[in-house]
Amino acid sequence: MAAPILTIAGLELAIAGTPVLRGIDMQIAPGTVHALVGESGSGKSMTALTVLRLLPNGAHAAGTVRLGEEDLLAAGEARMCALRGDRVAMVFQEPMTALNPVKTIGEQVAEGIRWHTGAGRADAEARAARMLDRVGLPPAKFPLDRYPHELSGGQRQRVVIAIACALAPRLLIADEPTTALDVVLQAQILDLLGELVAEDQMALMLISHDLGVVAGRADQITILREGAVQEAGNALEVLRAQRHPYTRQLAEASAHRPAWHNRAAPAGQRALLEARNIVREYPGQRAGLFSPARPLRAVDDVSFVVPAGRSVGLVGRSGCGKSTLARIVLALDRPTSGTVAFDGMRTTGLGDRDLRAARRKMQVVFQDPYGSFDPRQTVERLIAEPLHLEPRPLARAERRDRVESALREVGMPAEAMRRYPHEFSGGQRQRLAIARAIITRPRLVVCDEPVSALDVSTRAQILDLFARLNDELGLAYLFITHDLSVARAITHEVMVMQAGRIVERGATADVLDSPHSDAAQRLVAAAPDLNRAIERRVRSGAPYLPLEGRSEKQAKRN
Amino acid sequence: MSTDPLIAAGHEDWRLFVAKARANRSFQAGAVLTLAVLAMAALSLVWTPHDVAALSISDRLQPPSAAHWLGTDHFGRDIVSMIMAGSRNSIAVALIAVGIGVGIGVPLGCWAAARRGLVDEVLMRASDIVFAFPALVSAVMITAIFGPGAVNAIIAIGIFNIPVFARVARGAALALWPREFILAARASGKGAARITIEHILPNIANLLLVQGTIQFSLGILAEAGLSYVGLGAQPPATSWGRMLAEAQTMIAIAPQMALAPGIAIIVTVLGLNLLGDGLRDVLDPKLRRER
Amino acid sequence: MLAYTARRLLIVLVTLLCASAVVFFVLEIVPGDPARLMLGLNASDAAVQALREQMGLNEPVLIRYFAWLGGMARGDFGTSLTYSVPVIELIGERVMVSVPLALIALVMSTAIAIPLGIFTAARRGRPADTAAMAGAQLGIAIPNFWFALLLVWVFAITLQWLPAGGFPGWSDGLWPGLSALLLPAVALALPQAAILTRITRSALIETLAEDYVRTARAKGLPARVVLWRHALRNALIPVLTILGLQFAFLLAGTIIIENVFYLPGLGRLVFQAIGQRDLIVVEGVVVLLVATVVFVNFLVDLAYGWADPRLRRR
Repeated sequence: MAAPILTIAGLELAIAGTPVLRGIDMQIAPGTVHALVGESGSGKSMTALTVLRLLPNGAHAAGTVRLGEEDLLAAGEARMCALRGDRVAMVFQEPMTALNPVKTIGEQVAEGIRWHTGAGRADAEARAARMLDRVGLPPAKFPLDRYPHELSGGQRQRVVIAIACALAPRLLIADEPTTALDVVLQAQILDLLGELVAEDQMALMLISHDLGVVAGRADQITILREGAVQEAGNALEVLRAQRHPYTRQLAEASAHRPAWHNRAAPAGQRALLEARNIVREYPGQRAGLFSPARPLRAVDDVSFVVPAGRSVGLVGRSGCGKSTLARIVLALDRPTSGTVAFDGMRTTGLGDRDLRAARRKMQVVFQDPYGSFDPRQTVERLIAEPLHLEPRPLARAERRDRVESALREVGMPAEAMRRYPHEFSGGQRQRLAIARAIITRPRLVVCDEPVSALDVSTRAQILDLFARLNDELGLAYLFITHDLSVARAITHEVMVMQAGRIVERGATADVLDSPHSDAAQRLVAAAPDLNRAIERRVRSGAPYLPLEGRSEKQAKRN
Repeated sequence: MSTDPLIAAGHEDWRLFVAKARANRSFQAGAVLTLAVLAMAALSLVWTPHDVAALSISDRLQPPSAAHWLGTDHFGRDIVSMIMAGSRNSIAVALIAVGIGVGIGVPLGCWAAARRGLVDEVLMRASDIVFAFPALVSAVMITAIFGPGAVNAIIAIGIFNIPVFARVARGAALALWPREFILAARASGKGAARITIEHILPNIANLLLVQGTIQFSLGILAEAGLSYVGLGAQPPATSWGRMLAEAQTMIAIAPQMALAPGIAIIVTVLGLNLLGDGLRDVLDPKLRRER
Repeated sequence: MLAYTARRLLIVLVTLLCASAVVFFVLEIVPGDPARLMLGLNASDAAVQALREQMGLNEPVLIRYFAWLGGMARGDFGTSLTYSVPVIELIGERVMVSVPLALIALVMSTAIAIPLGIFTAARRGRPADTAAMAGAQLGIAIPNFWFALLLVWVFAITLQWLPAGGFPGWSDGLWPGLSALLLPAVALALPQAAILTRITRSALIETLAEDYVRTARAKGLPARVVLWRHALRNALIPVLTILGLQFAFLLAGTIIIENVFYLPGLGRLVFQAIGQRDLIVVEGVVVLLVATVVFVNFLVDLAYGWADPRLRRR
């Protein structure tokens, strides 16, 4: 093996006295892809920031970090500035905030080129334009004087990648570069990174929380947990053998299918929720001062039925109108036209008072386990909130009994009720959110990406809980997700949504195994799947293979 | 009932607040100064070293002494007593003006945030119009019509406070409305008014408290300015601003007359500003961490 | 950008219209008949009636409002009740004192505050920052008219370097006028500089925590360069807001400071007018002040559009 480009040995890191990394060892060879995998809080981002020496104040690192022969922990700030962007570069997780909003994309890409090479403005801009073209933003369609806010999230991430790769650094660090993007964009961005790395002979440190994401792409893998390396080695071997229990746990969780008795049984066929020809338009941006605004159609003539006791998935890329549709179903938003009926009663156009009966039978679980609770109220008050919908006011003791039994049903102890939401972890909060949703004994729960913000092992537990509640309480779900493995795990039927329309629907296994529509095919092709990726690599024997054929590259960029 | 979970948990919250407040020097200094000024104002209701109204030409313009700690003015009045009595006026004017701002501005701001659309647009444009009249300009207008006096000073400062609080409340409430916990409350059938009272107000109370201390200190400064130019409290009431106006005519022969009221204003405003900064630090991080 | 400017301009016009209506109708409800006030208490009812007719006071109120608006648009602010000269002439003289004073103070406070804000943000937590912030905290608490008294006492009475008050006019050249405005401008500027320093510093510190600052650092730019090239322009957006508000405060502040230094500016004019119940003058000055504030905020809005490309499309 060639001399490693990055050597980390015995790296210890403490922030404000709290140990974060404990004895990390890792070597990355030139031109290889090295995956660094772990759940949140495992120290993977901190490892990356240590290499760049961009740690927060109060951090203290000890051990060895070498870039080639150079000791990075001993390098002065001036030397680090010379290395950053030129020899080692980084792509960050959040493309929406990673670019300066007041500078054009051309300026931002050219800046590093000018700084490191001393090139003139015109020269640097020409190089920036070539680089943006390589990342799929041809100057003809995306002029250099565009501002970040004029680009979508995926396009912004391409700009961030162009900034990082502009000088063909020997080591590129990508910290969860696709976590904020939907699956189709994720596959595109990962393929792009793979191509750039291969063409310019860069080494790539690919940081992710998802084994499925890295399985198809990594040569080597290091698995972190709580700041310590659990297992490391050849990616294919590690992922196939799954010798280490933690590796096995992560692998199991990433393709988790809960034990679900009702999975096959087609429960009651009677329609519980019926949406007819739903259209929702938003006022669009005006083209000029006096030209009228053309409305944007977020939801375009959507009709569907959720039978009692069934779990219906709604899948699609971000921005396809899923969440708007969910809000309309919940009567939190009014459709421009079309009607929603719940349990035989038309809910569209009703006022808050008349909706009470329907709302009692129809509750909601949101994505963000941090944003879904008022930080200033106790768990008891928060979980009891839907009891407001009961036709008669409840006595204090009865309210507490109801809260207690809801907590028990989601596997939380009764004493949780006297605490505040910030005292709980993300997974626990999602349990609390489910407790709130079931306290009125609803018949339908609308779940808007309820597991997307969770680590894989927590996600598996929450999916188990959803399966059990369907078995025990006969709850119907409208389950919104962009993640097909989630849809496969917990839905009977699935609808695929694209640009406000439902383009395909059917039994979950049928749609996901043999998708017909273009949108569904893309989603299925892009979805990260650990076992499929391993199989494919074993068959091909190739060290790296993009998930989609190269011939599709042009289509993907548009 | 000491085992009540709400009280127990609230107690926990209070302990956290105390722990943070202990570590925050700005908060402590501000609290001490503010409490001292408030105590002085309260004390002046029942006791001052000398009678504020007592004129004694033979004692005029005395330097500090055992009898008159900060000396006397050109009418022989005791400056310490006047400072004490003047604090009542400053505090009362500024506090009521803040009350007007909170009492009218916060409901308007919350209403605008809950309703959006036309109501919001009209209220914000109206606040633009009020902002076009700085407190002093509106004071000039009000005095031109109704004549000078403490009540008119209160109205002038209070009117200016309304859009300040309306904007702070609206901005903070607008940021809360799309949050998922508000959606959850709406899905629980709660109306806008109820959600505002149960969820929005408790979550913006910190911001309002901080803004309140800032407007309080600005009110003290504005009141001093107004009474300095004769638009505020009228004789025989004592006020720090008027003391300064009288000191100005004596500045060449008795500069000490100008020092005491100025320092009284500075100490009060400084205390409130430190308290506001401290409160922001003590109250805010908890909200930040949760995002 | 054009649409943005047009929309802002429309808001300015509507705001001005509403504000002028507020001024007009508020002063309309004042007790007392201006015609009788002008002629004195001994005038006969017939003479008062004749003057009312001449002044147009018998017209319906809306007609008079639009006549008043139209007059102002042509520069006719009415005639002072006590001096019997056009209000615009009175204001014209005084503006030559108040506006230079406010502008000098604004330039001074910006020139002190922005560099100091950048300096302290770059050195946050170090002794220089702590000392400067303590000074700023004190500066905010100092009432400007008290500070003015102090300056008079030190520089005019004790040291006798500068005049204690009065204004020689601009006819004798620049320096005599300027020296008369120097102390008042310093008194106005320092407390405002303290506020602006704090705003600049905290805006910069907040901006320095943004993700794009980290992106720029990862490009290899040193912290200092990132501050100037990336953080500063973003941090200027809140600073601009405060600058706009400060102009309003400075303008109002001149009203008080002019009293300390016996400067013949708008402030003195308005107090004399209040004393003499010369409401037409008060009306004119207030409208002028309000118009200036609205116009400056319009400029700030345009500056926003320049500083933040995201606003240009709206």
